[in-house]
Amino acid sequence: MKMECVFGFVGNGFAVVAADTSAVHSILVHKSNEDKIMVLDSHKLIAASGESGDRVQFTEYIQKNVALYQFRNGIPLTTAAAANFTRGELATALRKNPYFVNILLAGYDKETGPSLYYIDYIATLHKVDKGAFGYGSYFSLSMMDRHYHSGMTVEEAIDLVDKCIMEIRSRLVVAPPNFVIKIVDKDGARQYAWRESVKDAAVASA
Amino acid sequence: MSIFEYNGSALVSMVGKNCFAIASDRRLGVQLQTIATDFQRISKIHDRVFLGLSGLATDAQTLYQRLVFRHKLYQLREERDMKPETFANLVSALLYEKRELAKDFVVAGTASESLYGACESMFKEDMEPEELFETVSQALLSSVDRDCLSGWGGHVYVVTPTEVKERILKGRMD
Repeated sequence: MKMECVFGFVGNGFAVVAADTSAVHSILVHKSNEDKIMVLDSHKLIAASGESGDRVQFTEYIQKNVALYQFRNGIPLTTAAAANFTRGELATALRKNPYFVNILLAGYDKETGPSLYYIDYIATLHKVDKGAFGYGSYFSLSMMDRHYHSGMTVEEAIDLVDKCIMEIRSRLVVAPPNFVIKIVDKDGARQYAWRESVKDAAVASA
Repeated sequence: MSIFEYNGSALVSMVGKNCFAIASDRRLGVQLQTIATDFQRISKIHDRVFLGLSGLATDAQTLYQRLVFRHKLYQLREERDMKPETFANLVSALLYEKRELAKDFVVAGTASESLYGACESMFKEDMEPEELFETVSQALLSSVDRDCLSGWGGHVYVVTPTEVKERILKGRMD
């Protein structure tokens, strides 16, 4: 659970999150292009790290409930509301059948602009400007502490994301090779780029 | 690893002359790592009741939500705010604990031992709001500076019959 790298921060009118793309089981890397950042709705991203079964199940559950709210009420949830709903689900399950999933929830609301919420697996919720999970956080948080300032442009932000990825790749012994970067702003949530240093081997044709 | 030391916290509250003060640190950590330096541990229930929750942050958040829910229901039924003694009874019932009504000060959190010492030596009866603010702030800052799991500034509320003064303290940021 600590081997998965997720980090993100808020810029000028946008929020950016990055996650590694390795699906690992013990010493085996199942796949190296697993997308761990789910598009929750048009203007929200949920970057999740943790036990892979829980990660997919829990984030899909949140995604479907967010969609249901929009169908029932005709308007989408705000980022804060979605974050609090997510925390509520984690908190309810915590002392029965906990989900081992850490989440960074990034969103853009017309009224309040971009926001980022840190939600760890024991349902601690906090609104942050920058956040990270896993072993990678020891490096990405320090890089962000050094280089982050409020109101960064997209170019500056991607530069900082790349700095963090470089640091993780060079200093973490179990560094994941590939990352995906997604961004959310007034135009919506979308994939920005991949950072690949290892590509899956091509499958031989029959 | 105790769940009371997982996130780190420091809380102190003092009674003055017709006023009270409640203060907390601002660190949110995950064991040795600091996640945020602007975490709010003290919440206003209503104008005369402030609630500070130390310990595991997720449980503090859940408990706070449950208590606000119960208080809002009370407000709807009774058309008034809960008295502090009543609210204290509600909290102690939820925690299965007998509450103690302190006449001087109360402390909580990972820095509680330091806080006990600091408060015991600095506290005086019937302090005016300004002196109370100074005393609470000094007690908090000196105690959290000896505890690696709490600190990164302070949050102090001084409540008098007429107003509530909220102040942020700048302390050692380490």
